[in-house]
Amino acid sequence: MCGIAGIVGLAADAEAPSREALARMAGALEHRGPDEFGVYRDRRAGLAHSRLSIIDLSSGQQPMANTDNTVWISFNGEIFNYVELRAELEALGHQFRTKSDTEVIIHAWEAWGDAAFDKMNGQWAVALWDSKTQTFVLCRDRVGVRPLYYAEHQGRLLFASEVKALFAGAPDFPRELDPNGLDETFTFWTVVPPQTVFRGVRELEPGHLRVWTRGQLTRDVAYWQPTYPVGTAGRFQGSLEDATQALAHALEEATRLRMVRADVPVGSYLSGGLDSSLVAAMAARAKPSGFKTFSLRFEDAEYDETPYQRAMVERLRTEHAEVVVSRQDIAEVFPSVIRFIERPVVRTAPAPLFLLSRLVQRSGIKVVLTGEGSDEMLAGYDLFREAKVRRFWAVSPKSPWRPKLLERLYPYLARSPVSQQALTRQFFGRGLERAKTPGFSHEPRWSSTSALKRMFSAELRAQLTGRDAVKNLLATLPPEFSQWPVLAQDQYLEVRTLLSGYLLSSQGDRMLMGNSVEGRFPFLDREVIALANSLPSAFKLKVLDEKHVLKRVARELVTDDIIARPKQPYRAPDALSFMGEQRPAWVDEVMSEASLRDAGIFDPKIVAQLWSKCLARRDDGQFSNSDNMAVVGVLSAQLMHRQLVREAPGTKQPVLKTLVEM
Amino acid sequence: MSAELKDKVRSFIISNFYVSDPSTLDDGMSLLDAGIVDSTGVLEIIAFIESEFGVAVADAEMLPENLDAVNNIAAYVTRKKT
Repeated sequence: MCGIAGIVGLAADAEAPSREALARMAGALEHRGPDEFGVYRDRRAGLAHSRLSIIDLSSGQQPMANTDNTVWISFNGEIFNYVELRAELEALGHQFRTKSDTEVIIHAWEAWGDAAFDKMNGQWAVALWDSKTQTFVLCRDRVGVRPLYYAEHQGRLLFASEVKALFAGAPDFPRELDPNGLDETFTFWTVVPPQTVFRGVRELEPGHLRVWTRGQLTRDVAYWQPTYPVGTAGRFQGSLEDATQALAHALEEATRLRMVRADVPVGSYLSGGLDSSLVAAMAARAKPSGFKTFSLRFEDAEYDETPYQRAMVERLRTEHAEVVVSRQDIAEVFPSVIRFIERPVVRTAPAPLFLLSRLVQRSGIKVVLTGEGSDEMLAGYDLFREAKVRRFWAVSPKSPWRPKLLERLYPYLARSPVSQQALTRQFFGRGLERAKTPGFSHEPRWSSTSALKRMFSAELRAQLTGRDAVKNLLATLPPEFSQWPVLAQDQYLEVRTLLSGYLLSSQGDRMLMGNSVEGRFPFLDREVIALANSLPSAFKLKVLDEKHVLKRVARELVTDDIIARPKQPYRAPDALSFMGEQRPAWVDEVMSEASLRDAGIFDPKIVAQLWSKCLARRDDGQFSNSDNMAVVGVLSAQLMHRQLVREAPGTKQPVLKTLVEM
Repeated sequence: MSAELKDKVRSFIISNFYVSDPSTLDDGMSLLDAGIVDSTGVLEIIAFIESEFGVAVADAEMLPENLDAVNNIAAYVTRKKT
């Protein structure tokens, strides 16, 4: 795993990329690849690379070239089927100098052009420069595991794995927040690519390929996008038992590939939930002794899953390590977390994952498997069940018993005074008349998050007048969307809005790479996704039983308790992490009126009301969901402004192991 | 319903739920629909009614008609106090 960056001249008179600027870009990504640094540059283009060595440790240095040194690549990620692709290319007459997957991408592109990328099974961000044809290519894996940003500045294209490296490459680039990015964040919980929170900076969409030739953008195409069955076309034809076997086989192969395609040891996360337990069990079978697993524990019992984790460790007999996270830990690490995430968040959930990857790194492991993607591909989230109940209820909105099903989803409703039916209905029953409209599943989340925009400053609100983030998103749905099964529609929206933009970035890549650890995700394997998307809805969400087919796969591999337990969403202590007497000084600094005014995002008076309310109530137990999101949203946005906008970008220039200047 | 009572309710909603532009808070508007109050926020309204006005809110009275708008809350408290 690595960091990539670079500069390509677009205008005819653009300044040539300097060695210093490219080295600064690589230096800004040191956490992603501390092992080696490299730069290639010619008159038009410069590529930079920071390397975390995982495959072909001795000769996989980058940037790397084709046989005649005319095509250069800077690549972050892994191509899990590179061995098979290499054999195919060798049969076509291609000769290789190294054993790396990097070189396979170069030759694949020479052999197949744009079509090369759809042949790859993996997780990647690729920058490729063909100096003969003056063609520059950026490409990103199907679901957006690996990040890739770009911006145009003074006739040049800048690109990088993280925004901080763009800024390091062009210190005079105006660093400003983009109102539309803030609007999306406080609607969907995050920005949806290509939108970012920085003005002028775009994120390459997952599954996309963007190409410039002689300085002109020639195409930006989706070489892949999620598809689901229309009628019986494309639908899995077998029985539930057939699907169970097919899924077991696909997951085993996906896990095996992610274990063997590495020249360093691979470990696994173990959360105590179904997905990571299953992945760890499959991986431990592939490596019977000395397999390492890692778990998060919480001081707050409400979030802790220790008994389930320990039961799996006992069953798998892994070498296990754990880290216990307190509220204070979250507050202390949060500024670093936001520095890596580079966007506001409404949950602290990324922070404990940063502490977990630190534990992995200190245990001498560079690669971990996780269960990410299972809830999206196999319908694990409560949101899918909630949408099903709300649709069922919408058929007969006056039914007294249909909404009672909500208590099956949220047992707390049955215990809380709010269980008084009328209030519950008022809350969950909003917009029932829109049950057949795209976005119905996500409306409760999007509307409750959007309500936080009342904290925005008058200036920001004025800039957003007339803008509707939800409407804009729904206007870009694929034409076949409404022909998919409703569950597939809900899954698509979840994938589109949160998988890459939050789960795989803020809770994934950034928290892992912040400690130089690579994540690998068997549930996001090309074959697993294709199979999961083809399955009938009832195999995934059977009545209200989530991930039904996956539970069948897990029967022989995971403890019965884990299969039977209700899904516990991964959560961490939110606002209360920052309210203690011993809170770090940064909290009050970024909450000060001066700091709020400087950032210009929020109305200081409103934030003061929120803050004093929360401080006064901090001993009363839990805050409301809205208050939790409001506090974390404000703190993270303020930290982001301070660290990414106000602070000057990095100037460190690492020693270059590879330097090619033409 | 006294104007004073309604003002108290209104200022509680504005400050407790940090409503930035009070002119947008219509007294008849559903607070749940507007996203100003969520399911836990309703508990904050109940606690306010009980501490501020000395009215005990019975489970059976936790209805949108009583709790889900400034007017509804004020009318409910007025009924209970008289």
